[in-house]
Amino acid sequence: MSNKIKVGVKVMPREVILDTQGRAIEQALKLNQMPVGQCRVGKFIELEFQDSQEQALKQAEEIAKKMLCNPLIETYEIKVL
Amino acid sequence: MKKIGVLRFSGTNCDRDVFSWIQLKGFHPEYLWHLDQFAINDYEALILPGGFSFGDYLRSGALAARSPVMKSVKEFSKQGGPVLGICNGFQILCEAELLPGALVKNEGRRFIDDWVDLQCVGVSSRFASQVKGSIRLPIAHGDGRYYLPEKDLQALWDSGQVWFQYRNENPNGSVQGIAGVLSKNKNIAGLMPHPERAIADWMGGTDGWSFL
Repeated sequence: MSNKIKVGVKVMPREVILDTQGRAIEQALKLNQMPVGQCRVGKFIELEFQDSQEQALKQAEEIAKKMLCNPLIETYEIKVL
Repeated sequence: MKKIGVLRFSGTNCDRDVFSWIQLKGFHPEYLWHLDQFAINDYEALILPGGFSFGDYLRSGALAARSPVMKSVKEFSKQGGPVLGICNGFQILCEAELLPGALVKNEGRRFIDDWVDLQCVGVSSRFASQVKGSIRLPIAHGDGRYYLPEKDLQALWDSGQVWFQYRNENPNGSVQGIAGVLSKNKNIAGLMPHPERAIADWMGGTDGWSFL
């Protein structure tokens, strides 16, 4: 029996980078009488593994570092789902 | 006879323009597919054209930068082979860490299709060596804002890696109006404007002709 584990990777644009989607949503919220201080848009990526939790987290970390996140402009967080 | 390789990814769309330009200049172009590696010694230069490789999924150039053909590009450039990335090609070279920095969404949030004035401020080992001073080229990009952390900018200037800057107007909010950069040893070059779209009078300008 296979043991599936899902790991989530959250990637957010760094504060210094202009988040165009976030800014557009922020303005639309204001126009709809739902003002917020700041709205930022990132990505959430679900990865599925067959390994132990420890292995899955290790692999997800490597995938995030090598492809999902560009450290110059983004930050990431990983958690088991 | 050595060839100039023109890289093709899914979503590349300036490949035929670049191919014709190479032919018109009397060189021998050949397409290189993103899934294949190639014999680096058969080529005198490589060009990564513009477009929207892999639909700009994840980040512009991110998936293309990690495709099999890029292993050969890295080998080729490591030996000093000249590589030019135009627009999406520039984004791919940055994502592949062959050039410093990153290209993010235009400050004005719009896709820009326009002609811009540029100032040549650096010297590439192979490309645009005849280009001096001010020129005019077309741009067509949504993610053209060059970004490098503040702390790294001085080093980029000190090592002569700033290649082109926008003159008069900064169309996309690039840091210090940077439009093109070079690698440390100047064999790898990246540029947001499109020289291949300015090689004949009927195109609106000829300043791109001498980039090759």
